[in-house]
Amino acid sequence: MIHFVLLISRQGKVRLTKWYSPYSQKERTKVIRELSGVILTRGPKLCNFVEWKGYKVVYKRYASLYFCMCIDQEDNELEILEIIHHYVEILDRYFGSVCELDLIFNFHKAYYILDELLIAGELQEPSKKTVARLISAQDSLVETAKEQRSTISNIIAQATK
Amino acid sequence: MNPFSSGTRLRDMIRAIRACKTAAEERAVVRKECAAIRSSINENDHDYRHRNIAKLMFIHMLGYPTHFGQMECLKLIASAEFPEKRIGYLGLMLLLDERQEVLMLVTNSLKQDLNHANQYIVGLALCALGNICSAEMARDLAPEVERLLQFRDPNTRKKAALCAIRIIKKVPDLAENFINPAAALLKEKHHGVLITGVQLCTDLCKVSAEALEYCRKKCTGGLVRTLKDVANSPYAPEYDIAGITDPFLHIRLLRLLRVLGQGDADVSDLMNDILAQVATKTETNKNAGNAILYECVETIMSIEDNGGLRVLAINILGRFLSNRDNNIRYVALNMLMKAITVDTQAVQRHRATIVECVKDSDASIRKRALELVYLLVNESNVKPLTKELIEYLERSDQEFKGDLTAKICSIIAKFSPEKIWYIDQMLKVLSEAGNFVKDEVWHALIVVISNASDLHGYTVRALYRAFQTSAEQETLVRVAVWCIGEYGDLLVKNVGVLDIEDPITVTESDAVDVVEVAIKHHTSDLTTKAMSLIALLKLSSRFPSSSERIQDIIIQNRGSLVLELQQRSIEFNSVIEKHHNIRSALVERMPVLDEATFIGRRAGSTPATVSTSNGPSLNLPNGVTKPPAAPLVDLLDLSSDDAPAPSSSGADFLQDLLGVDLSPASKQPGISGTNQAPRTGTDVLLDLLSIETPPASPITDILSSSQVYKSPHASLEGLSSPSALSTRAATPAGAAPMMDLLDGFVPNSPISEDNGPVYPSIVAFESSSLRIMFNFSKARGNPQTTSIQATFTNLSPNVYTDFIFQAAVPKFLQLHLDPASSNTLPAGGNGSITQNLRVINSQHGKKSLVMRMRIAYKSNDEDILEEGQVSNFPRGL
Repeated sequence: MIHFVLLISRQGKVRLTKWYSPYSQKERTKVIRELSGVILTRGPKLCNFVEWKGYKVVYKRYASLYFCMCIDQEDNELEILEIIHHYVEILDRYFGSVCELDLIFNFHKAYYILDELLIAGELQEPSKKTVARLISAQDSLVETAKEQRSTISNIIAQATK
Repeated sequence: MNPFSSGTRLRDMIRAIRACKTAAEERAVVRKECAAIRSSINENDHDYRHRNIAKLMFIHMLGYPTHFGQMECLKLIASAEFPEKRIGYLGLMLLLDERQEVLMLVTNSLKQDLNHANQYIVGLALCALGNICSAEMARDLAPEVERLLQFRDPNTRKKAALCAIRIIKKVPDLAENFINPAAALLKEKHHGVLITGVQLCTDLCKVSAEALEYCRKKCTGGLVRTLKDVANSPYAPEYDIAGITDPFLHIRLLRLLRVLGQGDADVSDLMNDILAQVATKTETNKNAGNAILYECVETIMSIEDNGGLRVLAINILGRFLSNRDNNIRYVALNMLMKAITVDTQAVQRHRATIVECVKDSDASIRKRALELVYLLVNESNVKPLTKELIEYLERSDQEFKGDLTAKICSIIAKFSPEKIWYIDQMLKVLSEAGNFVKDEVWHALIVVISNASDLHGYTVRALYRAFQTSAEQETLVRVAVWCIGEYGDLLVKNVGVLDIEDPITVTESDAVDVVEVAIKHHTSDLTTKAMSLIALLKLSSRFPSSSERIQDIIIQNRGSLVLELQQRSIEFNSVIEKHHNIRSALVERMPVLDEATFIGRRAGSTPATVSTSNGPSLNLPNGVTKPPAAPLVDLLDLSSDDAPAPSSSGADFLQDLLGVDLSPASKQPGISGTNQAPRTGTDVLLDLLSIETPPASPITDILSSSQVYKSPHASLEGLSSPSALSTRAATPAGAAPMMDLLDGFVPNSPISEDNGPVYPSIVAFESSSLRIMFNFSKARGNPQTTSIQATFTNLSPNVYTDFIFQAAVPKFLQLHLDPASSNTLPAGGNGSITQNLRVINSQHGKKSLVMRMRIAYKSNDEDILEEGQVSNFPRGL
């Protein structure tokens, strides 16, 4: 299973963290610090796997962002690379050629998409289209609620005029 | 009031934080935001609650504490609206983890949301549950999840399936509830449900034997069919990755088949065809295809034997291994590691390629390959493989050298066919990467060298050569110094030259040069320098003509700030200067170190190992650092075990080293001289010992007893001892009431009146042959210190000679032993030996005294050893 997902910028800034195994706040900070030290310093042509404390961390760099997933020794590293790519493609489709800034200002969206892709550290949906559909359905639920609220507040405002 | 519409303050906050140029600025911005959020929370502000949580999540990602927002997440979840719930659940998963008690409060909300009419709200709840649920929540909510596995909407079913995985991992007992619904998911067409269903079954089979049995019987056929369908499926744009339909599903199906086939030949048989098809037909020019092949190979390796398939799998790995992509090579090495237990021969065929991978520029690949090579080594290929690895050692990265060296040393030790090869290879490793070699490895090397008596000359010459080129490798220097100390004569005289050796001429002064370099080099540490000093002492006897030069070098360390070096230097200097007659006996070659004992001890990994091979140095009393609380017997055994020389010469050695002034003084005719000199010697010793090992008393006793019986003035014994004691009695610190002794001189001792409370005497030990009485006294104003006078009485009809009394006390006590009055105990109670002990009780008033003792003596030329424990000390000592 995937124990955690990290998105780290080339400067070592954390852009997304998702923990599927229990790590205390202290451990989380330590893990992030250690791993960014290892991963950011690796050369470009090396393999995408790092062995770390009995686990493996599969990472892949897209532009300025490193996508990292920590898995068990017996898991399929090549498949994790595919899952990372899958996630990136969905993000790309959602934001329309995604860049780091999209993920900074809309970090919650990145989390929502990840939650449609992974649960309990396992893959949930192999179809990009389905994920996109589910996200947009939920986004529109939020939009509707927002519109309703503004109309209600308008009515209230008019009524109390 | 949605926080995420443009112009809200979340965006502004992120901008403000990003605009910060320094960490301090950022902290200030965050502190201000947190203060605003806290006050908003205190005002119970509904409208901004979701915005606050959104901000806190961002702040949390930056690594600041955000615990104060946890309750706000719960409030958002409890609200009725979807937008609030959505952000609330996200906050819950990010800001909390399963170990926080706050999480328990959310169980009820989760339960309600799992039963909500809106499928998206159900989805949010399932997602949160799957990501952070604790065992208790798993128990409470398992029935809801079980029900949702049959929910009409497939997206809810797939989420419920993954939730169930978390639940059965937390509470394996719940597995049986999920077997039937999980198996039903395997028949689905929706890929999301199918892959989560397959995953759930895999995890069920891992935790429950019942589930495994069920799936083997009912599901294998269906799974094989599903895999066949997906493998042969026409182009499906929704699931296509690099021309393959849903590789994720492929991989999960293969994994479940592996679990089912393992240990079940019939089930394994059912899947042979499809595995062969996947292994041969999968496209391999893209990562997705390789991922499937990789999984397929692992399944083939794990299920019950099918020769043909295994050949196929190993061939795939061979192809992987020669792939240019590092990722593929990495997984190939990884898989070969598993394959090695199945088919060693097949893996051996790829040995050359694997060894090449050890030299890869990629640390992950190197590490894998090295571990694999380590498994591949056997008696037949150890020589070429070791050669290759050692050659690579020269070129490898610094950070890899540690691992590599450890593995090479381990291979050499494990598979070495003969001693000369072992020594040769170890010397190569030491010269290349001596600084990475662990202590136990070079200790073992010394043991092997010492056992290979026909190779001593060869080894010392090889080390001499290696030293000339690699003097910067600390462990090489140590081994070289040790060997030159032991076998320096063989080096100079070219004894035992083998045919393979190049002739070499080394003079005595060349050999001393090596040791001098070692002791003077600034990077040499204490161990190396101490070993060098011993080597010099040994050489001084082996090379009489260089003796003066050696002495000069030794003297230079007399002023060393390190006690160990200073002491050795002074002691060795006096050995060289004043004890020509015994020196050669003292520095005889080390007896052969017992390999079996060494290995046995190493397995026990006691700290004592270090001293075994460190040469005679650590037999010095202050080298034997031993926890003072250790039982007496251990302490004694250790010191006697470690003494390489016969015990009598060991005692001489100690005597000569420690009682520096002893022998000249004892040659003086005057009584006072005889008394004073040994006492100073002993006191110095006691002081030294008390620094590190308070209960190192055995040495004191060896010293004191030997000093007495070596004394030429046997007739003076009767006089000298009491007067020595009376001197002591007069000093306030050791105010012992030597009543029976002093009586002769001072009939009414005033000292006894000055003493503190009177304690009854006790019989500390009594056997059929020996009785020991203890008399106690305490000086006024110093309640911690107790003076004990021990009186030994011989109850047998034989005279005891070489009488030695030794004692040990637990850590909270400190023990000082004064010399005994004699070492001969007359028969039948016609006289006694007395000995004074001083015990300092650091826990006076809380703990009472306790002592173990051991008494050794000769009766009728027979060595007798008696042991006992004294626990009947009067209270208040």
